[in-house]
Amino acid sequence: MAGIPHDHYEPSSNGEKWLHKRLPILGIAYDTLMIPTPKNLNWMWIWGIVLTFTLVLQIVTGIVLVMHYVPHVDMAFGSVEHIMRNVNGGHMIRYFHSNGASLFFVAVYLHIFRSLYYGNYKAPREVTWIIGMLMYLLMMGTAFMGYVLPWGQMSFHGTAVITGLFGAVPFVGESLQTWLLGASAVGQPALNRFFSLHYLMPFILLGLTIVHIWAFHTTGNNNPTGVEVRRTSKEDAAKDTLPFWPYFVIKDLFALAIILAVFMAIVGFMPNYLGHPDNYIPANPLATPSHIVPEWYFLPFYAILRAFTADVWVVQIVNFLTFGIIDAKFFGVLAMFGAIVVMALAPWLDTSSVRSGRYRPTFKWWYALLVVDFIVLMWVGAQPAEFPYDWISLIASTYWFAYFLVILPLLGVIEKPLPLPETIEADYAAHYAPKTGGTKTIVNPAE
Amino acid sequence: MFRKLSLTTMTALALSAGAVHAAGAEAEITNYDFPFEGPFGSFDTNQLQRGLKVYTQICSACHGMEYVAFRTLSDEHGPALPEDQMRAYAENFEIFDPALDDGLGDYRPATPADHYPESSLANAPDLSLMAKSRAGFHGPYGTGISQFINGMGGAEYIASLMTGYHEEPECALEMDVPMDGYYNVAFANGGFPDECKDEHGHYTVPGSWISMAPPLYGDDIDFDDGTEATLEQSAKDVAAFLMWTAEPKMMARKQAGLTGVVFLSLLAALLYLTNKKLWAPHKKRVEDE
Repeated sequence: MAGIPHDHYEPSSNGEKWLHKRLPILGIAYDTLMIPTPKNLNWMWIWGIVLTFTLVLQIVTGIVLVMHYVPHVDMAFGSVEHIMRNVNGGHMIRYFHSNGASLFFVAVYLHIFRSLYYGNYKAPREVTWIIGMLMYLLMMGTAFMGYVLPWGQMSFHGTAVITGLFGAVPFVGESLQTWLLGASAVGQPALNRFFSLHYLMPFILLGLTIVHIWAFHTTGNNNPTGVEVRRTSKEDAAKDTLPFWPYFVIKDLFALAIILAVFMAIVGFMPNYLGHPDNYIPANPLATPSHIVPEWYFLPFYAILRAFTADVWVVQIVNFLTFGIIDAKFFGVLAMFGAIVVMALAPWLDTSSVRSGRYRPTFKWWYALLVVDFIVLMWVGAQPAEFPYDWISLIASTYWFAYFLVILPLLGVIEKPLPLPETIEADYAAHYAPKTGGTKTIVNPAE
Repeated sequence: MFRKLSLTTMTALALSAGAVHAAGAEAEITNYDFPFEGPFGSFDTNQLQRGLKVYTQICSACHGMEYVAFRTLSDEHGPALPEDQMRAYAENFEIFDPALDDGLGDYRPATPADHYPESSLANAPDLSLMAKSRAGFHGPYGTGISQFINGMGGAEYIASLMTGYHEEPECALEMDVPMDGYYNVAFANGGFPDECKDEHGHYTVPGSWISMAPPLYGDDIDFDDGTEATLEQSAKDVAAFLMWTAEPKMMARKQAGLTGVVFLSLLAALLYLTNKKLWAPHKKRVEDE
């Protein structure tokens, strides 16, 4: 499957030959599992396995929860309590599912930031990146709709706020919002359709996961040096790579076991830490919680949404130039979606010929600032919209856009990258020098 | 550098998770100790039985618990009432049964399969989930560190609310029309007079005014196990009981969590050794290559 030369599947027994002529499924499985993988991958290359595992975990626990859940405004909250109290093991399944969403987003953010540092998005892996961004959007949609289902106070009023964003679209906003909710306000039609879509979308994600893997198995993995695997001959390629099975499967499973041990501790000992107490109050349209705060994984983009208020001069200029069509509210919505769009466009905005941030001395610092920026946005997204938080979120939002729209294009021209290693093999050998009597090499694969 | 960054990210993810503290009123929450706290903590059966008595004799006059079934009072990790006692206890509650009186419905004594009635007072919240729907600890600065260390503090909030009734502060005594309700230093969501704010609008006293009259004064109940029913003792006991009603499977959950952590750590250790051995030939340069 991959462009990297390697041994392909050869059916050996008569039974295998029989099947292979009719359906080459064993060949696909073999080539996928034995794919040559750069041997210098570090510990930031484990998140894909974690994400795949989490998707399966969410689907399996979700299917069981659906057997007991009732998508009705009068019964949804009670049916969740029924799961928590009466269903055998129901409390664990539900806490796995609700905390599983958090595990999903921890992993996806680390996965994305890994790719932003090592330039995984650059040619020829743009399609992998774009599919990944689509999956990320789909994940956010799925998580949002899932949060509506327990029908607590935060579910209800959070839905009202987020679907209200679509009401900000000029001219058609109100109709669009009504169309989304199936009514003029959040109620039974919204709960039913969100339930339906929350069940559907993970399966689309599963399909996209296969396409995502297909795409990067075609181009081959990137690696911490950003230097491509040699494709000149099978022997050269073999010097740069090791087969996925068993080397990376075992490595990834080891990392997964540690992450799941931490996950288990959170589910077992503090399952409500990442949630909002308000969501244990049944939804009441008449009583709005004093602070409506989205789940932590939405906070960075929620902060960008709120950052652009009517007194920001950029907003005022845009408002003037569009004859008032784009007001502050719609500007905020555009900024929120734009923040993800600029990230998706990174392959074309980054002009540097060097992939890995390891060999880009200036880029490193701007990248570090982006990580800090993301954390600041996440924090400020949960703060009230008042001084000094409004200024912090405005500055942090501006940096997010500046990084992708200004810094990435300029750095490629200005920056003088460090020399790259000739091959992955050379880089690997530099890390794992030959063992000579008594001196032990200090091994630090994650830099 | 990357590893440091990812560690920072993970820490920050953990930190930013906490809820936000409402701007305005400050609540004074005492960090009471409860036996069910921490990974190894468990409910104290005697305390839950005392709390049940406080709820039954005092709280239940106004507050319902519609998600709690009477049969669960006999659960091993709950108040663990003997079954005959639990049946007799349930019969003290009147339940509306729509099947009675030829479909018109009528009241009858509750059976173990029934749930507690709903709140009888319109604005008295249901107490089933009270200990999970309130957070005693916040911040600092929206970082969630306090909840990480102390827990969400639902039980601490309830106990602090019970003990938080104080004399009205001086600023409120000068008012022409007195405040509705009762001054409580642990309650942050109630009415608050402008007289008690400074010129910048900051609140000069903790808490706010709550409509619930002080439910406990001390010596309100005779505990069967001889424990002295001081205000603080009764407050803690009812808070512990409400933690159980909110999270009746807490013991099973912690047990599962502990088993999971132990076995996954063991699996991780084995996989670490496997991985090390697997990679060993490739982590030194092969001489004849």
